[in-house]
Amino acid sequence: MTTLYNILIFPGFLFAALIGMLASYIDRKVTARIHWRKGPPLLQPVYDFVKLMGKEIIVPAETSALAFLSAPFFGLSAVTVVSVIVWKGLIQPQGSFVGDLIVVVYLLTIPSIACIIGGFASNNPLASLGASREMKLILSYEMPFLLSILVPVIKSESIRIGDIVSYQLVNGAVLHSYAGVLAFISGVLCVQAKLSIAPFDIPEAEQEIIAGPAIEYSGLPLGIFKLTKWMMLFVVPSFLVAIFMPAVTVWGNLLRYAAILVIIILIKNTNPRVRIDQAVRFFWTWVSAIALLAVILALVGL
Amino acid sequence: MTEHKKQTIIPIGPYHPLQEEPEFFKLYVEGEKVHKLDIELGYNHRGIEKISESKHFDQVAFAVERICGICSTSHPFAYVNAVEDLAGIGVNDRIKYIRSIIGEMERLHSHLLWLGLAGHFIGYNTVWMWVWKYREPLLDLFEFITGNRQHYAMFKIGGVRLDIANNDIPRIRKMCDDLIPAIDLFRGAVMDDPVIQSRAKGIGTLTKKEAIDYCAVGPIARASGIDIDIRRDNPYAAYGMVEWKVITRHSGDVFDKIVVRILEMYESIKIIKGCLKGLEKEPEGNIDLKIKNIPAGEGIGRHEAPRGEVFHYVRSDGSNRPVRHKIRAPSFMNVATNQITTTRGTVSDAAITLGAVDPCYCCTERCVVIDKKTNKKILSGKDLIRLCQEKTREISGKLNKKIE
Repeated sequence: MTTLYNILIFPGFLFAALIGMLASYIDRKVTARIHWRKGPPLLQPVYDFVKLMGKEIIVPAETSALAFLSAPFFGLSAVTVVSVIVWKGLIQPQGSFVGDLIVVVYLLTIPSIACIIGGFASNNPLASLGASREMKLILSYEMPFLLSILVPVIKSESIRIGDIVSYQLVNGAVLHSYAGVLAFISGVLCVQAKLSIAPFDIPEAEQEIIAGPAIEYSGLPLGIFKLTKWMMLFVVPSFLVAIFMPAVTVWGNLLRYAAILVIIILIKNTNPRVRIDQAVRFFWTWVSAIALLAVILALVGL
Repeated sequence: MTEHKKQTIIPIGPYHPLQEEPEFFKLYVEGEKVHKLDIELGYNHRGIEKISESKHFDQVAFAVERICGICSTSHPFAYVNAVEDLAGIGVNDRIKYIRSIIGEMERLHSHLLWLGLAGHFIGYNTVWMWVWKYREPLLDLFEFITGNRQHYAMFKIGGVRLDIANNDIPRIRKMCDDLIPAIDLFRGAVMDDPVIQSRAKGIGTLTKKEAIDYCAVGPIARASGIDIDIRRDNPYAAYGMVEWKVITRHSGDVFDKIVVRILEMYESIKIIKGCLKGLEKEPEGNIDLKIKNIPAGEGIGRHEAPRGEVFHYVRSDGSNRPVRHKIRAPSFMNVATNQITTTRGTVSDAAITLGAVDPCYCCTERCVVIDKKTNKKILSGKDLIRLCQEKTREISGKLNKKIE
């Protein structure tokens, strides 16, 4: 019963969905204010989602309807589980299981893979192009992302999120060390790419390939896709909170999450979109170098 | 073997977020690399040349203004030049100054609009919104001077419609001064940004030779190192009476196209200020020569629109209507250069490369039906009218059925 409650209500689906919608509202509102626009009302994400629920579902001809329709749900369930594991780790550090960090890292790639499957299943040249871009993007950011996660693992000598959190609550945040700062910088850049937000919104570049993998989606599956995006906007940065700077209370954690969200929004609004080859080069040289330096510093003990 | 490689067609258009007007670009791509580009025109053809043959000379100035919403003064400008050439009319200095002021203000707003769109094309929406915000005072000034934010309707044969009162001049001058810090801001934000440089430098290059081969005009030609500008080469209105210079760059890539346009805005401000100085010395109110008759003959008029040279040819048989009115707009030449510039890059580059031309598709539309095998025209003007009537009958027939 508690497991079901955890997955469906708190800190799983409902919690992540609500905060994710709020985060997407904040993203849109802050972006609008930076643009000298007015921005949407508070409930706009809810309106969007509810409206999409009521729309007709169109499946393109000559596609695998199963792959096309199920892809969004894979992504959604993966994000839900990540939310449960991460926030369980933050709230009761003793309650988590060994190796949950690795599970989280795996599950976090599933929304991207769902995007790729959905894109290729759409049987549309623009969607395929978007899916292949998403694939290249995963290949580019995954290595530096793993390297930056390694820093807290080395510091706390554990692959349990609960251990990493409780180590930091006792010994101070990982972010307070040189290695931690560098790993956090590369981590934020990887998160930017994971969420496909500018300058790394290459897979869904509106002006080039018109939303890429999502182009053929409509109605409920599109709504699920959007919801997954919003939940990712909440879950992935809160994973960074857990491994770099956890707080004792839920509110403290949410505040720190908000700080990361602001950084993400600022990066988004001060950069044009880069090309996919530029993104790959950037992650494999600069970001990987920073992350590698962080790992070396962590091993030395700085 | 390479010929049989699989190619995908990425359609940009006819309706696409990249474009504000309908136009169809077919990108033949292999992975992300663009190999070939097909340009399909004809989604927005309105037959303006034909319409203008059915209007009298004064009405045509308003009709041609509707060709384009962004450079809406360029066409009347070239048209009145053409008719004044036909009739041998020389206008006074006050009219010349006012015409140049309107022309340059339009260049300012058009370049600002394009700069914003260029930001949008590379996914930099902050630049887009900021540039358009700073364009607003300019549109307000247009409204103040002409009564309209767009389609100013300032031009008439042998004059301008409204005068600029001498005590309004300080306000215009202040607007120009206020605009300079804004352009400085964008010059810094766009020209010094390493990410924008990496997106724009070396992308969509058009060499000088290719620009000449494709008859590129305007900022596109000037970015490729061709030093042409109708305002200087063939002075009309007040352009020969004020100090300014033509901006050229040499590499012909997207970055240079951006730089040329940004630097041209400074020159436009210089021209406006020079014209204001001249305007102050001229007596107020002397703005219309009241032309009554257009003799038989033919005339040409040119104007350097924000996108390049626009050309109008008018022939009159002495009646009150032009018997032939031919228009060549700059985008018609510039859009074709996409064929070489886009095939040098990826799909991501194609977005900004297509946009860098500052295309104005409604100016570009032509309609010719040809046989693919023989390349001969298979439909004449009469055929087109017949087809049009048949289609109308067909549609109205369907509509009537539905009503029943």
